[in-house]
Amino acid sequence: MTSVTARPDDPAAPGRTALRWDYAPAPESRDAATLADRYDLFIDGAFHPPGDGTVVPTVNPATEETLAEVAFAGPADVDRAVQAARAAQPAWAALPALERGKHLFRIARLIQERARELAIVETLDGGKPIRESRDVDVPLAAAHFFSYAGWADKLSYAVAGRPFRPRGVVGQVVPWNFPLLMAAWKLAPALATGNTAVLKPAETTPLTALLLAEICQEAELPPGVVNIIPGAGETGAALVRGEVDKVAFTGSTAVGKEIQRALAGRGVGLTLELGGKSANIVFEDAAIDQAVEGIVNGIFFNQGHVCCAGSRLLVQESVADEVLRKLWDRMQRLRVGDPLDKNTDVGAINSAEQLRRIEELVAAGEAEGAARRTVACDLPARGFWFAPTLFTGVAPAHRISVQEIFGPVVTVTTFRTPAEAVERANSSVFGLAAGVWTDMGSKAFEVAAALRAGVVWQNTYNKFDPTAAFGGYKESGFGREGGPAGLLPYLVMS
Amino acid sequence: MTRRAVVAKTYKLYLGGAFARSESGRSDTATDHAGEHVANVPRGSRKDVRDAVKAARGGAGRWAAATAYNRGQVLYRLAEALESRSEELVRAAVAQQDVAAAAARAEVGAAVDTLVHYAGWTDKLAAVLGGINPVAAPYLSFSAPEATGVVAVLAPDAPDLLGLVREIAPALAAGNAVVAVVSRRWPLRPLDLGEIAGVSDVPAGVLNLLTGRLDELVEPLCGHRDVNAIVDATGRADLAATVDTLAADTVKRVLRPAAGDGIGDGALGRLEALTELKTAWHPIGA
Repeated sequence: MTSVTARPDDPAAPGRTALRWDYAPAPESRDAATLADRYDLFIDGAFHPPGDGTVVPTVNPATEETLAEVAFAGPADVDRAVQAARAAQPAWAALPALERGKHLFRIARLIQERARELAIVETLDGGKPIRESRDVDVPLAAAHFFSYAGWADKLSYAVAGRPFRPRGVVGQVVPWNFPLLMAAWKLAPALATGNTAVLKPAETTPLTALLLAEICQEAELPPGVVNIIPGAGETGAALVRGEVDKVAFTGSTAVGKEIQRALAGRGVGLTLELGGKSANIVFEDAAIDQAVEGIVNGIFFNQGHVCCAGSRLLVQESVADEVLRKLWDRMQRLRVGDPLDKNTDVGAINSAEQLRRIEELVAAGEAEGAARRTVACDLPARGFWFAPTLFTGVAPAHRISVQEIFGPVVTVTTFRTPAEAVERANSSVFGLAAGVWTDMGSKAFEVAAALRAGVVWQNTYNKFDPTAAFGGYKESGFGREGGPAGLLPYLVMS
Repeated sequence: MTRRAVVAKTYKLYLGGAFARSESGRSDTATDHAGEHVANVPRGSRKDVRDAVKAARGGAGRWAAATAYNRGQVLYRLAEALESRSEELVRAAVAQQDVAAAAARAEVGAAVDTLVHYAGWTDKLAAVLGGINPVAAPYLSFSAPEATGVVAVLAPDAPDLLGLVREIAPALAAGNAVVAVVSRRWPLRPLDLGEIAGVSDVPAGVLNLLTGRLDELVEPLCGHRDVNAIVDATGRADLAATVDTLAADTVKRVLRPAAGDGIGDGALGRLEALTELKTAWHPIGA
């Protein structure tokens, strides 16, 4: 049931009735997901307790309740996992490619079969709205396994006929913002190309990767082909310094640089998917209402915990007032709260630590003189929350213009000409993604070509597909994931 | 009858389309195989590196924006110019390096062929590396390679000329601007290549050649914030960790090409490493 009521504090436009849409709660049932009390390390096809006994609780950031205890891998566990992957690799690579592909198809199907469970656990562990884990994360994860399953026996087409071989054992470290999807992005191409993998999920969100480990068992993947070892930064550091042939990392630019330094001179393959400060450019001839939806999607999707989030909004001066008014209006209708509620738009911040980081940067924005507006909404008493926020009057040198906030915070600046928009968009050490909003096709393509960014969304934002390459320019990292380009880092051209 | 004195050549850096002495005023001696003095070459400095990177950044945008057809024409023109001066380069190799004329001729020929090969890559890269992405939604989504930007090349000592051409040709074909540190042992023919480039329609700043000592130049070049990628073709294991560590400060791409002729199987890998794949999305029907 929905009801429409007037809200007295609504800053309605003159002549319009102030409306507020109330939705009855529509919580997803937790019954479809039963969590174990404790999850161990997945090494060589079986779950093992950690060598040094480290077990850490993983909490629901929306309630701060402990969901389960999770084993963290110490250096000896990392070695064991790498050895298991090493032992399994020759037979996996020697498997007829179609057979390898069939294992990936099985994984894809099992993700679909357990979709609801995975979506619930993803939301419980990470704080993201169930609407997103259900409609984006889980289906895309399955799609990646499906897509790369079909590549396994077609690799020679992806490498333009060159002779090739797998790299061997790959060490993969994924972030907490898309735990299952990033695991799929990393594992599917690695396995399709005949590599074996040791994957370290993020400290705060290990659960769906461990469910994926169960799925690997159900899919009868040969032991050792996939090993999943949760842990914090030290586990990841041990993994990338281990006896691996290739490292794939998604996470912060600072850690990416550390990894690049740690691998210096070792000849280990490396791909980095790092941070961003992506520009979302709205021209005066854009379909404004559509652009506002795109701005909202660009920055508030997954609470802004998105490396390619459109966090720098650039609006052409002539329409800035209108865009800002509509954006602010739209922001006030975002539903912030229980991530398990199917109506929720903005869920919980992933961790207390991340919340502190957002608060610190937002405070810096205010201190440096930018004008802050935060939506006034009721936030739950427990858990980690940050209401959608926008900054105007932002100077290019402000920390909030330069640093990745990784939260539901957008900065707004204006420009006059397309050339100025491009210059501002490109004046960043990052180059991951960008958005362009204009109804003129020629302008959209001209600006897209001039932007130094790996992904450019024209009149849309935050679209992903397993067939489309994703990755950054400059300090947003190197290498691509998705599509045939996503296979190349896992192969050596011999 | 008086013998005519030969006008000895002053070798200069090739910076921003011009031939310049090192701003440091220093020079190094280039010797032949027997250790005899052949010429002086500029001993490039940190400032020369900065000037070269600045020139490269200036040249990079226009070169990357040029049509693939145009870039191919320019590289083919460079091959033509090299071909026309090949006998001079063969004679120089024989005199300086004490190699057989046939071997020297084969090397110069291979350098010309390498340029021709990459000249032909410019308008095929997008077809091989990119394409339409068949996404499961109503969007036009496509991926196409673009230049990485400014590429630092650390050229090998041998072969001095072909070794340099193998590394600059893919970088240029992919639309990058290059700052190359040429062979310390055999710098003269690489500097000759700069003169050839200077009359071959290669726009100013797109190719920059430095002579000097790697131990002085590696840090300012590979640590430069405005360099996007490094091709370390020196084959020196002792240099690799230094180069990679400098690269990490700004997440530069590092390519260590496998030894080989750079034509055929090896070419695409070089081109891939020096391009960025850009994916664009546009709605269809919405």
